[in-house]
Amino acid sequence: MDTPAAGADPTDRERLAENWTERPSLRSWLTTVDHKRIGRRYLVTAGFFFALAGISALLMRTQLANPGSDLLSPQQYNQLFTMHGTAMIFLFATPMLFGFGNFLVPLMIGSRDMAFPRLNAFGYWVFLFAGLFMWASLPFGAAPNGGWFAYVPLTSVQDSPGLHLDVYTLGLLFLGISTTAGAINFIVTALKMRAPGMSLNRMPLFVWAIVATAFMVIFALPALNVDNAMLFLDRRFGAGFFDPAAGGNVLLWQHLFWIFGHPDVYIIVMPGLGIVSAVLPAFTRRGVVGYPLVVLAIVAIAIISFGVWAHHMFAVGLPQVSYGFFSAASSIITIPSGIQIFAWLATMLLGRLVLRTPLLFVIGFIVTFVLGGVTGAMFALTAFDQQVTDSYFVVAHFHYVLVGGALFPILAGIYYWLPKITGRMYAERLGRWAFWLVFIGMHVTFFPMHLYGLFGMPRRVYTYPAGLDWDGWNLVSTVGAYVLAVGLLLVLVGVVHAVRRGRPAPPDPWGGDTLEWSTDSPPPAYNFPVIPRVHSLHPTWDARTAESTGPGATADRILSAGRRTPLTSELDGRYERPVEMPEASGKPLVLALTLLVLFTALLFAWYPVAAAAVAVVAGTVAGWLWPGRRAEART
Amino acid sequence: MGTTEAAQTPRTGPDRRRRTGPAVAAATLLPLAGCASDAPSALDPAGAGAQRVEGLWWLLFWISVVVFVEVLALLVWALIFRRGARTRVRHGQPLRFVTIAGAGLPLVILVAVYGVSLRDLAALGTDPGPDAPTVEVTGHKWWWEVRYEGVAGATANEIHIPVGERVRVRLRTADVLHSFWVPQLMPKTDLIAGETRETWLHADRPGEYRGQCAEYCGLQHAHMALMVVAVPRPEFDARLARLAAPAPAPSTDAERRGQQAFVQGTCAACHTVRGTGAQGRVGPDLSDVGSRWSLGAGAVPNDAGHLGGWIANPQTVKPGNQMPPQPVDAARLPDLIAYLRSLD
Repeated sequence: MDTPAAGADPTDRERLAENWTERPSLRSWLTTVDHKRIGRRYLVTAGFFFALAGISALLMRTQLANPGSDLLSPQQYNQLFTMHGTAMIFLFATPMLFGFGNFLVPLMIGSRDMAFPRLNAFGYWVFLFAGLFMWASLPFGAAPNGGWFAYVPLTSVQDSPGLHLDVYTLGLLFLGISTTAGAINFIVTALKMRAPGMSLNRMPLFVWAIVATAFMVIFALPALNVDNAMLFLDRRFGAGFFDPAAGGNVLLWQHLFWIFGHPDVYIIVMPGLGIVSAVLPAFTRRGVVGYPLVVLAIVAIAIISFGVWAHHMFAVGLPQVSYGFFSAASSIITIPSGIQIFAWLATMLLGRLVLRTPLLFVIGFIVTFVLGGVTGAMFALTAFDQQVTDSYFVVAHFHYVLVGGALFPILAGIYYWLPKITGRMYAERLGRWAFWLVFIGMHVTFFPMHLYGLFGMPRRVYTYPAGLDWDGWNLVSTVGAYVLAVGLLLVLVGVVHAVRRGRPAPPDPWGGDTLEWSTDSPPPAYNFPVIPRVHSLHPTWDARTAESTGPGATADRILSAGRRTPLTSELDGRYERPVEMPEASGKPLVLALTLLVLFTALLFAWYPVAAAAVAVVAGTVAGWLWPGRRAEART
Repeated sequence: MGTTEAAQTPRTGPDRRRRTGPAVAAATLLPLAGCASDAPSALDPAGAGAQRVEGLWWLLFWISVVVFVEVLALLVWALIFRRGARTRVRHGQPLRFVTIAGAGLPLVILVAVYGVSLRDLAALGTDPGPDAPTVEVTGHKWWWEVRYEGVAGATANEIHIPVGERVRVRLRTADVLHSFWVPQLMPKTDLIAGETRETWLHADRPGEYRGQCAEYCGLQHAHMALMVVAVPRPEFDARLARLAAPAPAPSTDAERRGQQAFVQGTCAACHTVRGTGAQGRVGPDLSDVGSRWSLGAGAVPNDAGHLGGWIANPQTVKPGNQMPPQPVDAARLPDLIAYLRSLD
């Protein structure tokens, strides 16, 4: 095997392979804890949910192509737009980026796995089951229909009878378990598992972005969970949290939702920005300008994003003082994004551009995200927000931010890391075609929405009358949506083509600067035969780091006995001790399945079944956490 | 209509000159003005509230153009001059450039714009004064109940206001959240369950200004439109006087038969016609239904054909609305239509 790292002798490699590699079998497929397999699953599953949410969008755009169309009933349309939004936010964007994080974080920091591999497997299964739980409601006409932010009292049991909103509250509570587990895992992994020498100020920007995102998840998600739990209790047991007649308050829902919801915008976009910072060095042949500034910007966004939620509520009639405060905070949060944009521009202006598909998507990202950013700064101003919020203008705005800030970076990331993930190269021409169709399709779809939003068209309408100057532009948007869909289909074709027919990828096809490029494509089960000692911010470009894996590498970084990887200190990345990593286990799958039973039982009000499921959950968790003997046996 | 023609849409009044810049922008940069007269467009404001926001928009628009062009220029520069094997990579860290262009300049612009917007926010928030006429608007799934303070009668989906005067609008909802939005006159105010909100309307020229519910409110959110009709003060007073009086009495035999069918049939269980036995409170008051701009809050035009269709089966016109299909005798339907058409 041709590897850039040669410090481990053949016996070490054999032992590593034996200790880490899982035999391909159904059993190992169900019990794997390998972060690379789990990461790939996240990517594929999130891609599948993306396709479903995308098809929903195409159906909606087809309905809206003409005024007064009756292709879809209002019932169908309302379920489709709710599922489109909910799935894109919760089942695509975050899991997709968690997929990249899962695959890449251990590789980028020079570790052999995530800190908690079994928790990682558990998180994936929960994500899969929660996604299926929610989508399964659609064929039965019982999908959520209250919009992705499900405002009360429309979502109360009086105004929305049926299972629709129970699917929503329970589905999101179920999914929240996965997201929280994943976030904790990322934080611990990035803080404790970095290769020796990788002090915090040598941690790749992508990892910074993932860690900041994970912290946001941990602080933001409880607000959403509490909100959904209260709504479930209101609907099922008449708790009255949101019922004015019972002394409840309908705005409480909105406050809690957006205390989660605004950080969530950055939870979605931040890893995307991290991908941009990861892709640029390889295609500009230099590091990103102003690393400390970019890190500062990432951390600043993560903090400020918790102080701007009320700008989603500028039309509900809050006191003027709070308008003033939230308007100012919402204006300020554009600054850290501005810093990052100009850091990337400076990087491109000083480097040498290698115009491959990933860089094309990064350029598409900058163009689109800046447009979304300037309209975002407009929305920070209360008076303007009150005019265009809940119109198609805001639909245009957040698609520019989310397609620009998350989808384009994700596509850049797919092309960039495809060789690493699959071991195969993609076809460049196909990639370029996909880029241009996606880019043009995106702007043809969403740019006109600014216009008909200003012309007074509200969002979330299943139809609209002719003669208001909305029809022509809506048709343009629909045409654009189909172009976009063809572009995305070409991405899929490109990936399948690469997997089937692509030529084998070398370890480092791009000349990337981070550690994942210093091992094979795809990486072996143990990631690195020798854990490198990191000497700079760009370890793959750094001769001393490369030398550290050559002859003379010390045994404490080879660790071929058992499944071991080094633990290092949080700030300086000083070597502490090797840590034993767990083996494959069926418990994550069993626990996730039991949770699926629990949430299904809650949905259909089979409370005895739910109680039994809780008992099994408790038993499985106890079994999982029971101290094993294996750890002592190996040391 | 071409863009040049649209840009020349006659503007009257003192602010004609102020708008020249934006009009040119509309004609050149954005094909915004396709047929601007038809759209309830925030860029075609007809009153003090929307004009404030329009002014703010053009300021923001031009700043955005400058910012976007700047970023695009830097990208294009890099794409032209920083490619190819002979390009030497430079390894500097131009932190000053990033800080000034990415943080310093934006901060200055944001602070300035924020200051301007506070002025607009305060202007939108001013109370129209104790003497302003007050309209009480109640949101229902999926129509607007409209009453005028001090006037007994109610109407639906149509608000008359006197030109040039500020009118207070008091907003409540009977069920879920809705949002009151008339883009040419005033930005949105949400209707919050269990609470009362206030906004105001002001139109500086007579006309009809379409509005629509802007907060998703369920199945027929798409068909919850309203029309604000700005009329000279005497017409407004006459309108209120008509709302205070009983509905017009039937004048033909057909209308009389229609009234009888209305009052004695199922209609009266849900609808009111002032001065008759019909006093239902579930659906809209129909005392002036013949004069309204539409049926079903913008669902269909208000003419005899659509009215007949609506009465026979409102569920095909606006699926999910509260009105069930009516078992009306086919022979009675023309009478009922004649009667309802006569109510104006």
